[in-house]
Amino acid sequence: MADFVLPAQKPLILGHKTAADVTRDICHSLEGRPTPLWWGGFLCALSLLLLGATAVTYEIATGIGTWGVNRTVGWAVGITCFVFWIGIGHAGTLISAILFLLRQRWRTSVNRSAEAMTIFAVMCAGVFPVIHLGRPWMAYWLFPYPNTRGPLWVNYRSPLVWDAFAIGAYFTISLVFWYLGLIPDLATVRDRLCSGFRHKLASVMSLGWNGSFRTWHRYESVYLMLAGLATPLVLSVHTIVSWDFATGIIPGWHATIFPPYFVAGAIFSGVAMVLTLVLVARKTMRLEDYITLRHIDVMCKLLLLTSGIVAIAYATEFFTALYSTGHFEEFAFLNRAFGPFGWAYAIMVGCNVLVPQLLWFRKVRSNLWMVFPISILINVGMWFERFVIIVTSLHRDFLPSSWTSYRPTPIELSMLLGSFGLFFTLFLLFCRLLPVVAMAEVKGVLHVGHEPKTETPAAPPFLPSIEELEPVGAEVGQGGLE
Amino acid sequence: MSRRVLVGVFAEEAGLLGVTRAARAQGLKVIDAYTPYPVHGLDSAMGLRPSRLPWVCFFAAITGAALKLWFEFWTTMVDWPLNVGGKPWNSLPAFVPVTFEVMVLSAGLTTVFAFLVLARLWPNKRPALVFRGITDDRFVLVLEESNAQFDLDRVRRLLEKFGAMKVEERLVEEA
Repeated sequence: MADFVLPAQKPLILGHKTAADVTRDICHSLEGRPTPLWWGGFLCALSLLLLGATAVTYEIATGIGTWGVNRTVGWAVGITCFVFWIGIGHAGTLISAILFLLRQRWRTSVNRSAEAMTIFAVMCAGVFPVIHLGRPWMAYWLFPYPNTRGPLWVNYRSPLVWDAFAIGAYFTISLVFWYLGLIPDLATVRDRLCSGFRHKLASVMSLGWNGSFRTWHRYESVYLMLAGLATPLVLSVHTIVSWDFATGIIPGWHATIFPPYFVAGAIFSGVAMVLTLVLVARKTMRLEDYITLRHIDVMCKLLLLTSGIVAIAYATEFFTALYSTGHFEEFAFLNRAFGPFGWAYAIMVGCNVLVPQLLWFRKVRSNLWMVFPISILINVGMWFERFVIIVTSLHRDFLPSSWTSYRPTPIELSMLLGSFGLFFTLFLLFCRLLPVVAMAEVKGVLHVGHEPKTETPAAPPFLPSIEELEPVGAEVGQGGLE
Repeated sequence: MSRRVLVGVFAEEAGLLGVTRAARAQGLKVIDAYTPYPVHGLDSAMGLRPSRLPWVCFFAAITGAALKLWFEFWTTMVDWPLNVGGKPWNSLPAFVPVTFEVMVLSAGLTTVFAFLVLARLWPNKRPALVFRGITDDRFVLVLEESNAQFDLDRVRRLLEKFGAMKVEERLVEEA
């Protein structure tokens, strides 16, 4: 596809790897026994997940009164987590689809884990609106189906219905996109291992992939189309999430700036999460040659860009509110910054606008001990951004008699922790079961920055060993070319 | 019915690319190439036409969007008209988001399904590997030995000139 190469390309993959090295390095982490570090992380994640599952079970059995929400603050931690996790997911699609369309070839090292992150984050997000329904066993009412109540159809004018469709479509397309990218790598795993659970899994899931270029040719076309479909999809999803707020009349929500503001914020938080995960993965799985300082540098610049967009959105919002002369609008923003939840606003501005400014310095971007805490702080800041938007806009509404405060209960906090547990449990299982780097894609960019691609006949590199000269087996030799 | 083919195994992408161009220039018929990753430029070297799957994607998108839009109008206006906040029956702008999502969903799923059908891939299919290492770091070109004029020695020399590690003849059963 991308045939042009920038003149001064620096290497994408370090260490002069060959294709065989890539297969070995990436499959290596699947083949050995899990390290104590992995077990430690997995058990922590699993216990958080169990905590969350217990809290959800208790909430469903008892009722929504177990939450700190009240008649004034009807949305709080639950919806904050929903928007937060959906936002996290968006960076995965940015890296897998948008950067693919933009021919950013550095994406090959991180796109697999970023896409996995998307899928797991959307799963975490999907839990929250459902448990927030109060009667989650009726969640299927969100979808139009012939029913005995009329049939009574869903209201297609409601953003909540748009949301259900957007999240459903986003999850499905992300899953299909991820799986499509996995098929050739699963075939590599299948052919490398001879037995065991991973071999069986790869045999079933690799769909009999045999590397035929006629298939590759179609595959590339399908991959390009899915990237083209996923790009507007990802923008639409957070746009629709922002409409959940913007179509309401609550001051602080009812703003036309919301869609771009939310999309930029989503990509901001998601890239921060990718960085957090990738920094841990490259160290623990020894992927330093694949996920290089250059990848981290580029992602830091993405953070800087999106942080700038988010900062402009904060400023615009505030300016518009003060300039509007609308009393309620003006009050909502002054109350946001200086009211009882001013501390949350300070965390939001501090982590999302001030802290990322450190990334202007190359020294900071190349110092992973700086980048890692910054990426975590951005995630904290982005969680608080959603909390600020939701809770501070609601807690002091039009009638002072209904003003109230909000304090999350332990049940809500357990659900927040539980969602992190679900996310990391799934991610750690992914690291053990599937190749974390897209091997087939990385093999295609190995030459970048190392030497000019030669079209002249290559000399025989070495004499093939006897073992390689043996026919592979009767069924392979005979039926090999259907 | 069976046919004879010549299989050449290469260790380098450049060798495969060069030999494919040379083979086609000499009028040999390329049955297929097998590669661990999509080699850039091999499609034009093999003379493959652009895939027609974009048409599948296009029509699936149009069909999905049209059906969903019709369904939204039908449920809102015909089957059970329900006045929601005095909004008009024809709320076309409000119907756009769901129509868009369904369009993307139907286009994506149909295209991938069509690809799996065309490429004959299905779960737990037994892979027919032309050479071990094809999913690792080997590149294979398969040429048809089309007729009696096929000069085996000459073609073998051509493949070896481009760095073939191994050249062998195989008999392929065809249904």
